[in-house]
Amino acid sequence: MTVTVTTTINGDAEEFVCEADETLLDVLRDHLGLTGSKEGCATGDCGACSVMLDGRLVCSCLVLAAEAEGRQVETIEGMARGRELHPLQQKFLDAAALQCGICTPGFLVAAKALLERNPDPSETEVRYWLAGNLCRCTGYDKIVRAVLETAADMKSADMKSAGMKSAGMRSA
Amino acid sequence: MPEITLTQDPVHLRHGSNIGRPLTRRDGLLKVTGAARYAADNNPKGLLHAVVAVSTVARGRVVALDVEAAMAHPGVVEVMTPANRPALAGDPDAKPNPLVFRLDLLQSDRVRYAGQPIALVVAETLEAATEGAVLLAPRYESEPPAVGLDDGERFVPTAVGPGAPAELRHGDVEAGLAAAAQAIEATYETPPQYHNPMEPHAVVARWDGDRLTLDTPSQAMAMARLRLAALFGIPPENILIRSPFLGGGFGCKGLLSGPQVLGVMAARLVGRPVKLALTRAQLYGPVGHRSPTRQRLRLGADGEGRLTALEHHTLMSSSRFDEFFEPASNASHALYASPAIATLHEAVRLDCGTPMFMRAPGEAPGSAALESAVDEMAEACGLDPLEFRLRNYAEVEPTTGRPFSSKALRECYARGAERFGWERRPLAPRSLRDEHGLLVGWGVGTAIFPALMFEAEARAVIRRDGGGTVEIGACDMGQGAWTALAQIAADAVGLDGERVEFRSGSSDLPDGGIAGGSAHTATAGSAIHSAGAAVVARLAELAMADERSPLFGAGNAGVVARDGRLHRRDDESRSEGYAEILERAGLAEVEARGKGAMDAAAQQRYAMQAHGAVFAEVKVDPDLGQVRVTRLVGAFAAGRIINPRMVVSQYYGGMIWGVSFALHEQAVMDRRSGRPMNADLAGYHIPVNADLPALETILVEEEDPHVNALGIKGVGEIGITGTVGAIANAVWHATGVRVRQFPITLDRLLG
Ligand code: FES
Ligand code: FES
Repeated sequence: MTVTVTTTINGDAEEFVCEADETLLDVLRDHLGLTGSKEGCATGDCGACSVMLDGRLVCSCLVLAAEAEGRQVETIEGMARGRELHPLQQKFLDAAALQCGICTPGFLVAAKALLERNPDPSETEVRYWLAGNLCRCTGYDKIVRAVLETAADMKSADMKSAGMKSAGMRSA
Repeated sequence: MPEITLTQDPVHLRHGSNIGRPLTRRDGLLKVTGAARYAADNNPKGLLHAVVAVSTVARGRVVALDVEAAMAHPGVVEVMTPANRPALAGDPDAKPNPLVFRLDLLQSDRVRYAGQPIALVVAETLEAATEGAVLLAPRYESEPPAVGLDDGERFVPTAVGPGAPAELRHGDVEAGLAAAAQAIEATYETPPQYHNPMEPHAVVARWDGDRLTLDTPSQAMAMARLRLAALFGIPPENILIRSPFLGGGFGCKGLLSGPQVLGVMAARLVGRPVKLALTRAQLYGPVGHRSPTRQRLRLGADGEGRLTALEHHTLMSSSRFDEFFEPASNASHALYASPAIATLHEAVRLDCGTPMFMRAPGEAPGSAALESAVDEMAEACGLDPLEFRLRNYAEVEPTTGRPFSSKALRECYARGAERFGWERRPLAPRSLRDEHGLLVGWGVGTAIFPALMFEAEARAVIRRDGGGTVEIGACDMGQGAWTALAQIAADAVGLDGERVEFRSGSSDLPDGGIAGGSAHTATAGSAIHSAGAAVVARLAELAMADERSPLFGAGNAGVVARDGRLHRRDDESRSEGYAEILERAGLAEVEARGKGAMDAAAQQRYAMQAHGAVFAEVKVDPDLGQVRVTRLVGAFAAGRIINPRMVVSQYYGGMIWGVSFALHEQAVMDRRSGRPMNADLAGYHIPVNADLPALETILVEEEDPHVNALGIKGVGEIGITGTVGAIANAVWHATGVRVRQFPITLDRLLG
């Protein structure tokens, strides 16, 4: 049985036809050319397929493509704004917090989800939040540091812009 | 040709500004944006999907497959079985040399291990192929399998690992033990382990007549190409393998696996491009594993704590139909001084897939046992384990008397111990507690890994526009070949990194050799280095023979290549740019090739090893037996470091593999079916972020003039060695309980 799905992927309206039993991961990779999400296990154990579904971090290998109907999907391909990398991507790049890189998209999507709900995580919080992402290479240490440093950078950037805003309000 | 010595003399590298810099990854941008294309990310037009059906029994015959049911499933295009598979020109069971492994390519109905491919379904979609494979509903005639080390008849293999003798005896062990003031005997067990790269093996294969193009991860493209050429009876030049990025390899992508070839056969059968990607569960069988081992160590020491004898015996397994013997005892060859050393191996044959090189083959389990035993010996002598290791420091290679080409192990011990705070360690076990009442233990292990080299070739070009190109079919499996080799390339041709186009990752480039044995940077790097030296020599030849060049007649003094110019070595103010030299010679470019290989004479004269010292702290819950590693410090000396950033990642990765070996990973075999009971990432535990502390590595400087022109040893595998023992020893120090079975799980600790 095929189904037609209307959804939003990385902010763009998208319509696709898929089998009722196809996973979101397979549709992203095989039909939509979004191969940044990887399959490491297809059983929800490795996190390589991590995407956001309506703002919630999910393993796309455990989501049916049909479930994306009417919802917002965000993948690694949507993480940078044009050529401007997300601060996490930039930090992973600068710190070389990746090796073979096959787990990297999953880590980045998961780390972004963490910072959105907890902009100031402790090291333990980062380690536990990212416990669902496996890296056999294994670059855990640099990944954790990259996430913590990004959080710190984003916080100080926020404080600066908040400072500027309030200064601007005063002068007005 | 004028007397210049660039090819041999690395002096033109002295000012090289690329080697040694902590550059970030050149492939990083592609990887953080999801744009890096791994094998399974290729979806060419007209692609069909293939799924293998694998055996659920370990020994027997397939007596029935419901091909009709599978073919009737919508979307299924073809079912490939022994009855209709394309004919092969080469016998998949032939064994022309020890590095060719027998493959299961549907040559018969025979089943030799659980997880063996027995058929393959090709369909328009992955879902249809998957369903088709289920519908095959195979029936078997099965025989009871041999599953564990006690199930087979023992024999002494003719060779272990890649061809080392199975036995080595130096001095008289029995006499050494008889004369010892203290002697111990202990037996350690390590489980079967599976490589489990995060990227399962995948192949996208396309035939055009008798030309074959495939995207597949490979740690050795030229060897893979030769194997395919032999199997399909086509010239190697007709085959193009693209492997720009591997999603991890660790040995299981070193030699082409059966399923990768099956994908190629399926593409031939259906006449369309085919993608075959293994599932996670399907990695437990046809792509190799690390054999279980049972290692018995006998050690003797005199009254001063100096070893009088060291015997290391390993029992391990290979498959019933092929040979790979984990050379675990050989970890004892070069590490501790002892007048008598014997390393012995015995094997049994089991109904399993053939074991394979897996990160630190031999050294990983061997070091786990040796480092544990050495600690037990230190305890018997009443000595601090680090002090005991220092008393048995090998000034020369103990079994041969050869000097080491370089050995900064003493510095590794000293710097690691200082960083860790080792001198505050109480001698007695079970004497440290933290503020929550957890038992705390500190352990040390010595790391060692041979500095190997294979063979590789590279091509270097310098162009009239002042830029260069360096080509080598090298493999980046995460270690950073795209980055480190490009750094070597830039220095080799005397150019800034940005001016050199570095091409790699495909089989139409010069043979980059094998990314394995921690030897890829050394081997491919040496090939690049000599290709660069040769092309610079061509350029120098042009300049020095030309009266109009400021370098005319430099002759014996020679020249140095730097920043796109050649400088007279004896007078650096006299120089000329590459562009001018080529311009005047009327040439668009000059090119040269170079090779990298081990220097056999130096190998004869010197023992070549990388070394390190790993210090671990663990905390153990005294009631529940739960173990956590809370600190891990590794100090390593491995010759010249090309890119410290990549190297630290390699050490971290190795050390975490050590944590995994010590505390987490094992395949649990079902003795009746011969199947692993935990063939998934839920049951086969590898550490996650939450299992680990922050790690520390120290790069101890070491210059080695003998290993190769660049002074490079390997860094990819050494991190596991030492770490496993350090953790096991820390667990003992925390609890007073010596667990001799890996992984050290809480039931073993409490039991
Ligand atoms: S592929 Fe989805 S969790 Fe592993
Ligand atoms: S970088 Fe290779 S699995 Fe994480």
